[in-house]
This record gives sequence, C-alpha cells and structure tokens, in this order.
Amino acid sequence: MKKFISFALVTMLLVGCLTGCGNSGASDSGELVFKIGAAGPLTGAAAAYGDAVNKGAQIAVDEINAAGGINGIKVEFKMEDDEHDAEKAVNAYNNLKDWGMQMMMGTVTSAPCIAVEAEASADNMFLITPSGTAVDCISGSNAFRLCFSDPAQGTKSAEYIGVNKLATKVAIIYDSSDPYSSGICESFQAEAAKQGIEVVTSQAFTSDSKTDFKVQLQKAQNSGAELLFLPIYYQEASLILQQANDMKYAPKIFGCDGLDGILGVENFDAKLAEGVMLLTPFAVDAEDEATKKFVATYAEKYNNEVPIQFAADAYDAIYAIKAAIEESGATADMSVSDLCDAMKASMTKITLKGLTGTITWDESGEPNKEPKAVIIKDGAYTAM
Amino acid sequence: MSFISYLINGISLGSVYAIIALGYTMVYGIAKMLNFAHGDVIMIGAYTVLTLLTGAGVNPWIAVLIGMATCTVLGMLIEKVAYKPLRNASSSLAVLITAIGVSYLLQNTALLVFGADTKSFINFIPVPSVSMAQRELTITGTTIVTIVACLVIMCGLMLFVNKTKPGRAMKAVSEDRGAAQLMGVNVNATISLTFAIGSGLAAVAGVLLCSAYPSLTPYTGAMPGIKAFVAAVFGGIGSIPGAMIGGILLGIIETLGKAYISSQVADAIVFAVLIVVLLVKPTGLFGKNIQEKV
Repeated sequence: MKKFISFALVTMLLVGCLTGCGNSGASDSGELVFKIGAAGPLTGAAAAYGDAVNKGAQIAVDEINAAGGINGIKVEFKMEDDEHDAEKAVNAYNNLKDWGMQMMMGTVTSAPCIAVEAEASADNMFLITPSGTAVDCISGSNAFRLCFSDPAQGTKSAEYIGVNKLATKVAIIYDSSDPYSSGICESFQAEAAKQGIEVVTSQAFTSDSKTDFKVQLQKAQNSGAELLFLPIYYQEASLILQQANDMKYAPKIFGCDGLDGILGVENFDAKLAEGVMLLTPFAVDAEDEATKKFVATYAEKYNNEVPIQFAADAYDAIYAIKAAIEESGATADMSVSDLCDAMKASMTKITLKGLTGTITWDESGEPNKEPKAVIIKDGAYTAM
Repeated sequence: MSFISYLINGISLGSVYAIIALGYTMVYGIAKMLNFAHGDVIMIGAYTVLTLLTGAGVNPWIAVLIGMATCTVLGMLIEKVAYKPLRNASSSLAVLITAIGVSYLLQNTALLVFGADTKSFINFIPVPSVSMAQRELTITGTTIVTIVACLVIMCGLMLFVNKTKPGRAMKAVSEDRGAAQLMGVNVNATISLTFAIGSGLAAVAGVLLCSAYPSLTPYTGAMPGIKAFVAAVFGGIGSIPGAMIGGILLGIIETLGKAYISSQVADAIVFAVLIVVLLVKPTGLFGKNIQEKV
C-alpha cells in the first residue's frame, strides 16, 4: 500500500512537471507569444543596474507590442532578481525556464552572467547580455553581447583619453578581487603604452577592504597623476570621491560603465561627482530622435527618472532580439534550441541602429560600435 | 610628509578597530567566550542612528544616545537568550557556534528590514579638517574625533574596571568565576553588564566607522569585526590596554603595508604580523601568562 501511494505521488509530480514544462511559448490565455526572460540585481549593491535594465527593456517590449509584436507575435517579458550573485542567478534562470522562457536577455552583471551562460549554453538557449562585460559572459556560440567587453572597455578608455589628450600621466585604482575591474585595468595599461599615456601608479584594493582608500589616493596624489582612472563600480567610487574631497585632492576622474549609477547613491552628495567622465555608449542629452523619445517615455513612465546607460543597453538588446527573430523568420512555436540556432545565424547579418550606436555582431558574439564618453555636469550626464 | 599622513590614517583606522576590539576583549575576559556577533551589533547601531537622522530628523547627539541604548538592550537580550542557557554547556564550542548563528541572524534581519542597498552614511561630526605644513597634510575632523573618542573610552573603561564596585566585580569574575560567586558577586548580573557596556560601545564604533567610511550595508560590521578580533588577540585578549594598542598597531600596519609594500596584499601582511607575534608571544602583546597548576 505504501509503495502504491509513493508511486502515485511520483506520478503526480511527474505529470505536474510535464505540464509545467509544456507551456513554453504560450501565454496564460493560451495565445502564442515570445517569452523573453531576464535576470539581474533588482536589490543589493548593484540594484541600480538591474532596475534600469528592467525599466529599459519594459519600454522596448511595450513599444513592440503596441506596434503589433514581432512578425505579428506578441512578446512577454519577465525579470527575476539575482542580487548580483551567481548562485541566485542560476536559480532565477531555472525559475524563468519553468515560466516558459524561450530566450534570455541577461544577465545584467558579469559574474552571474558567466554562471547563467554555462547553463544556457548547455540548453542551447539564445542569450544576449545587455551589460555583462566579462569575456566569459558569452563563451558559448548561443551568447551575444550588447555592450563592450572588459578588455574592449579598457582599450577604448585609453584610446579616448589619448586621442582627446585628457592627460599624459594617469593613476589607476582598481579592485584586484574583481575580474571586471582587473580585466579593464590590464587592457587599459596595454593600450595606454601605445597612446603615449604614462601610468604612474596602479593601486589595488580587494572586496574585503573596500572602504578605506586614503592610502591609494595619497599615492595617486604623490605620483603627480593628472587623471585618476577608476575601472570600478559606483559604490566604491562614491567613497573614493568623498575621501579625495576630504583630502582636498581633485584630479580628473575617468571611469567605465561601472561608474554609471553614482548619482543615484542614497545620501551621496552629487556635487562631488561634478566633472567625472565615463566611457558609456549612451548620453541622455543626445540630440537624436530615438534618444529623446526614449528619455521622455522613461521619465513619463517612471516618475521623472533619468535613464542610465543600462536602460539603453537593455532597450537595444530587446530590439536586437526582435531584429534577429525577424531576420530568421522564426516563430513562437519552435523549440528553444531551434529558435537559438535560427537566431544566432541571423545575429551576424543584422545591423541595429540603437540608442547606443549602430551595432553589428560577429561570430564571437562581440558587438562593433564607436566608443562615446559623457561628463557629469550640474548633476547630470552630458555628452562630451 | 606622506609618511606622517599614512601614519595618521593608520591611527584613525586603528582607533575604530580598537573601540570594536574593546568590546571583544571585555566579553572574552569576563564571560570567556568569543562574541562573533559583536561586529553585527555595530552595524545595527549604525543603521539605528542613520534611520533616526534621515527618517525622524533627530538631533545627531540624541540619535547616538538612542543608538547606544538600542545596542545595549540588544546586547543584553542576545546574552540572555542565546548565550546564558549555554554557559554551563560541556563544550565551549556550543557558545561559539551560537555566536556565529546570532551574527547571521542579525545580518539577515538587517537585510530584511533595511534592504541590501548600500546607504551612504551622513557625517555629522562638527569638527573641521585641520591643514598643516602648507596644506600638505590634512587631518579630517572625523579622524580627530575617532582618535580622541578611542582614548576617552579606554581611559573610562580602565577607571571603571579598577575603581568602581561593579568594575571590580568584573575583574573578580574574569579571574575565577566560581570563587567570585562564593564571595557574593552576582555573576549573571556582572556578565550582563559586560555585554551592555560592550554593545553600547559598539554603537559608538558603528557611528565612527561609518562617518569615516560612509557606506552602510548589512555586512558592514563583518570585516571590521574580524579585524578587531585579530586586534584583540594581537594585544592579548582579555586586556583592555591590549585591545587598544592591538587595534591601533593593526591599523598602522595595514595602512603602511598598503602604502610601502603592496596594496594588493595589505590584509595578508596584517595576518602575517599576527602570526609572527603569536609565535613569539602566544598570549599576545599584553596577555597574561597564567600557568596551569597541576
């Protein structure tokens, strides 16, 4: 009898699972849809990124649906929180698969993205990360990237500083325990040599001691650097700016996409960020129609918030998915793996005119576009 | 000139470690247990003060007092609920594990209540920065207040322990709990008082820590807590001046290591020094060498 009961329970479980897995490609009302899943930090230290990605992507999805969907098929979008944690990101990925996700826009940050990409690659699930910059984020052939990779960011930053003659002596403060930060630092140093920029000192900190930067700042000051390069996240950068201000040290500051979000830190005095430059593909005050429309919609929809680069990255990533589906003529009743094969073949053929520039992709999944930088002026990002 | 500046930064960082280490060392000296939740009490203290400042607009000094009161009550509560029932447990490991458990409980509660977002702490210390030697050397007001607060707290504690009746009761309990009880010392009340003082100091440490490094998350207390524990061992755990000297030395070694050896291995240097000190002097710099009688 006991055996029978357990057998019955197992059967019920299996049936439940099968029906659970079987609803891919269908909305709750039974209509065929494309289900795009996303994961990123909606809470935690990097929440500003995940939040922006969620909002930017939602705008793109709403626009697409309002215009009749992709090839006449509507799009559903769902984002799960991963708290910038690799383990939680894999859980989020599995939850999204249960929901019926057919392609992934994510994840937002590098370390979780590497973990999720390993899973997605095994499932042959199409993945495009809006902002995962580590090289390994797109290790599989199923994965693409919308933003520059870490090495590309370091190279492009050095190129930008060199070409625009911002400085000849540069000091770097980076997080040696973070692959994002040390990756950028390495490629920056390599390119700096070619650009005639002298890296006078390169100071590290680790995730265990990321509150006291006075020594690093002092050494940067003593080295006579004109510019401080900060390939780190905004949280630590906000502390560095405060401590530099305490020391009355005011170098030029240049950073990468990790600095984006610094104006949103709670209780942070935005005046300290005045004059900070960052390499970013998106400036809110750009004059083109698409940017103006996006910024206006974003403000209207989200309580007058100003979109950061991550919102634009996500917006473009959704449109890249749309373009790839249209190019390949894929439909929502195809399996996840067939969809992925069709989309990855068409990704290399499309040219996306997005908010972050005109982008093409090669087989490796890396994007091709021009670098841009912005400067913080009067508490807002301004194109340089 | 930069050497002096590094030194002052080190003393400032070390003073915060020292105040935290005082809490560790007092509890160890009297209750013979490592209160690993001490670092997290600091975090709770800082959150309380920040919430009062930003949410209720309370006067900063009153906010600090309320923060201290909150931490005092919290510390006594933790002792009553989590540690006291285990005081006579056969293994001292039981209390240690419980302390780690309490530490996670506090972190996760803070995560739930305050969220995981980093909050920038508001520095309300009214002392202005001092510039010296043609502006080459700047000492911030926070640094001055931290160092002064550390000295005042240490002297106050020394006086309290040596001159007052409850203080002498603490000394008695730390030397021999059983004998103290036989002499009429209320051991439970004394241990409770120790936790109350240690936790009250934790609130002060929290405010000073977050004023110097204005970033507050539910994990803010964890790493300084561990460093302070190292400082307490370094100085000789159980000794009040030991905790103070240990903390300040630790801060100086960390800062100078970062400045003159390598910023990448600063933490490794700190722990290497600790190992060397313990090899030479196993009880720490100021530790008492008590010989077991057979």
